[in-house]
Amino acid sequence: MSETPLFSIRDLAVSFTGAGVVTQALRGVSFDIPRGRTVALVGESGSGKSVTAQAMMGILPKAATITGGSILFNDPDRPDAPVDLTRLDPSGKDMRALRGDRMTMIFQEPMSSLSPLHTVGDQVTEAYMLHNRVPAHVAREVAEAVFQRVGLPEPGRIFNTYPFELSGGMRQRAMIAMALICRPALLIADEPTTALDVTTQAQILELISDLQAETGMSVLLITHDLGVVANVADDVVVMYRGRIVESGDRETIFRNPQHPYLRALMNAAPHFDMKPGERLTPLREVADARLLAAQARPATKRPAGPVLEARDISKTFTLRSGWFSGQTRQVRAVSDVSLTLMPGQTLGLVGESGCGKTTVSRMIMRAITPDSGTICYDEGDGLRDISTLKGNDLMRYRRAVQFIFQDPYGSLNPRMTVYQLLTEPMRIHNVGTEQEQFERASMLLAMVGLDRHALRRYPHSFSGGQRQRLGIARALALSPQVLLCDEPVSALDVSVQAQVLNLLKDLQQALDLSYIFVSHNLAVVDYMADVIAVMCRGHIVEQAPRETLFNAPLHPYTQALLAAVPAPDLDHPLDFEKLRSGRFSEPTQWPAPYRLETGEAGLMREVAPQHYVRLGDAAGRAAA
Amino acid sequence: MSTTPTMNLPSTPRGESKTPHFVDTAPFDPGASEPTANEDERYLRASALTLIWWKFRRHRLAVISALVLVALYASLPFVELIAPYGLTKRNGDFLYAPPQTLRIFHDGGLHRPFVYPYSFTFNEETFTRDYKVDVSRPQPIRFFCPGEPYRFWGLFDASFHLVCPPKDGTMFLLGTDRLGRDMFSRIIYGARISLTVGLVGIAVSFALGLFFGGLAGYLGGWVDNVIQRLIEILRSLPELPLWLALSAALPANWSPLLVFFGITIILGLLDWPGLARAVRSKLLALREEDYVKAAELMGASRSRVIGRHLIPNFMSHLIASATLSIPSMILGETALSFLGLGLRPPITSWGVLLNEAQNLAAVNLYPWLLAPIIPVVIVVLAFNFMGDGLRDAADPYH
Repeated sequence: MSETPLFSIRDLAVSFTGAGVVTQALRGVSFDIPRGRTVALVGESGSGKSVTAQAMMGILPKAATITGGSILFNDPDRPDAPVDLTRLDPSGKDMRALRGDRMTMIFQEPMSSLSPLHTVGDQVTEAYMLHNRVPAHVAREVAEAVFQRVGLPEPGRIFNTYPFELSGGMRQRAMIAMALICRPALLIADEPTTALDVTTQAQILELISDLQAETGMSVLLITHDLGVVANVADDVVVMYRGRIVESGDRETIFRNPQHPYLRALMNAAPHFDMKPGERLTPLREVADARLLAAQARPATKRPAGPVLEARDISKTFTLRSGWFSGQTRQVRAVSDVSLTLMPGQTLGLVGESGCGKTTVSRMIMRAITPDSGTICYDEGDGLRDISTLKGNDLMRYRRAVQFIFQDPYGSLNPRMTVYQLLTEPMRIHNVGTEQEQFERASMLLAMVGLDRHALRRYPHSFSGGQRQRLGIARALALSPQVLLCDEPVSALDVSVQAQVLNLLKDLQQALDLSYIFVSHNLAVVDYMADVIAVMCRGHIVEQAPRETLFNAPLHPYTQALLAAVPAPDLDHPLDFEKLRSGRFSEPTQWPAPYRLETGEAGLMREVAPQHYVRLGDAAGRAAA
Repeated sequence: MSTTPTMNLPSTPRGESKTPHFVDTAPFDPGASEPTANEDERYLRASALTLIWWKFRRHRLAVISALVLVALYASLPFVELIAPYGLTKRNGDFLYAPPQTLRIFHDGGLHRPFVYPYSFTFNEETFTRDYKVDVSRPQPIRFFCPGEPYRFWGLFDASFHLVCPPKDGTMFLLGTDRLGRDMFSRIIYGARISLTVGLVGIAVSFALGLFFGGLAGYLGGWVDNVIQRLIEILRSLPELPLWLALSAALPANWSPLLVFFGITIILGLLDWPGLARAVRSKLLALREEDYVKAAELMGASRSRVIGRHLIPNFMSHLIASATLSIPSMILGETALSFLGLGLRPPITSWGVLLNEAQNLAAVNLYPWLLAPIIPVVIVVLAFNFMGDGLRDAADPYH
């Protein structure tokens, strides 16, 4: 017997009107959300997955109109009366009665979806009291029970806290509590874990799937991450440019993908068991390998030792806690970090948000000065401390070490044409005549796979991936030796990410570049790096060559990070059991000999050739 | 944390019905390039200025306001041609004459534009002049005609006007004042002063605001602190008494033209804090942008960072804020002149004209003396609407 699905979406079409142009955001989308199952809606940015959810919730932006199709909702509580949501007034009474009660939504950014002015308890009970006429104390009891259920410790205390007092993961739990308090038939989770660290992500994913099993609700999970899909979804719907290209149950989708787009997506995402030398296949290849090969290698001398070396650098930021108190708070962003970058190699720097990895890269760029320790750079004639560089030497250093930014939208001046952007570094450093600059700009553009017609265009006319390639072209304008890449692909879609990663790899080969590659994404670092350093709370806790780190991680934090990355592969599910214990980034909670007491720095010890681990002070001295 | 068993893989499917396998059969072409939001070639090549213009154009009210303002400012050099009477021309027989209506229908038939003449009798009881309109004699007004002589731009004598009163008749479209001077013509002449006060004042305050705001925003630290406190002190002083005090301090023997410049400079001196704050906050925001960091890391000098990366990006915002503060200049001049402390006759501005309507008799008996309020309102509204439109368009990327 086939059960009626909870939601039945048929031929849904939505278009946006803006600047006199009508854009089709959804073009005939049809799928079902069966009862008690998790349906994952997968797609890259602009594929229309969020628009689908917004249409279901009746929260489409003003510029959007539903131009056709239906969204049929078969409420299990009212089995005889299916409702077509497209026919309801989005702000009318009927829609409001459904929204927040029978179907609820959680969002990507838990900070901005909770009001900072109200306590968590007030916001959660508000949802309950709007839909059930109950006195406040009853609502409070229900809320505390839900808090308990979503794993928030001390529900009574949490009830009275404000969102800013909670961590990102806790806030997302509070959001889930708010969504679940009315026992909805459908929970829409729009990228619920994208803004969270991997270890927290694994916990939230487990929570969502537990809660679903318990309450029997359906979940519509919107995500771009096939790893997340493989771990929690029952059914998968793949969208591309407003159309569904493939849908089916999880087994079929992962074991037998048919559509070229889905296959491309699966080949584009880096994963842990890639063979050495295996390349990602992006949806579109960009770089012209022949052009790169034809590039003359820079004539600089290759240093014999490391090209860049940081020794015991530390940085403490001072926060003022109040205007009148005059009290200050010290935050140790980076403590005693030592890094070595060999020429032609890639050093990966991994860690969760706030671990100090960006501060390290800024110190290397001499944008911030370390409190202690030295950073040395070798141009081929011996290591020199960069803090002593002045005038011409500093300008030479700035030429040799270039930076690639995370945000492809913010890092290009919107008022400059591509030509101006690419020649700007040459003009700053007075390199070449105008004609030479023009030729170099055209060549750079070709190198990153863009048409030379693009020279006259402004950054706004490029997509995210194209802009990131422009950023890379600009960084290469002065033939640098070292590129610092700060999360260069974290803002990009998977297929574009593969393109940019491959480009960076090819460029490294062709131009003999050394990279420092900063990322929170272990799979990406695994693909790129030769040596990987794992950072936590301003310390490097483990450093090893790539294979060693992935095959024999020693530090508990590294192990947790590795275990928490969801693989887009049905045979490698997340081990939720292992990740449940929680506080991996808390040094006092690490097992001996890695445990660090408050204020203790620990010591790095070489446990195997090239493999360093941070041990607690006592254990470290014993090992020495 | 939960204690329920996890729903790990491999697991039996939950629910009853799983989604059947569906594969889209439509041809799939990833194409050579990634999709961008807008494929229009014109959009791809557009510069920032073009994008601002496109966005501004969509703001109907702002475009209309801009057209009104352009028309007004374009007419300033030609006021002598436009005004039917001279600035100081007295019509002794028509003191406090009410407005004459411009008509085109006479005796049930269409007629070329004309006015009915009127004459007054002195009412001995109320001591007022009663004007009586003679509807039997339409007096057609003349176009492109020789009229009152004037010295055009101080260069040569001319007498050409766009519109002239009828031969042997009068045309007081907005009535006359206590000396029998035509209000309509005086308002047109007054526009010259009233509209330029705003521009000169804004130039002064723009220069000051850019300088102090730029220092505060770019240097930060104690410079920022000092400038911020200075702004707060300036802002906490009551505005009107300060204007009054400063304009009273202008030497009484200055020529009216010098007084005019004095007043505009006073207005500019007191208006810059708002602009300085706008400059500072924009600079602080822009300095955090990645592209500015990128330029600094490339080794760009400070002047290059400011000139190439900061100024082009905040100029449009500044022009919008400046446009929004012109009305306060115009209103400031009007208020000062109304109180008798701004410009003085023979310089004629809308404020000076309103100064004459400063008593109850005017409001009660000669309400047309309040007519200069209308252009003030129109200009102030137009600047506000246009400024709004500019502000919305200033950042075309969001």
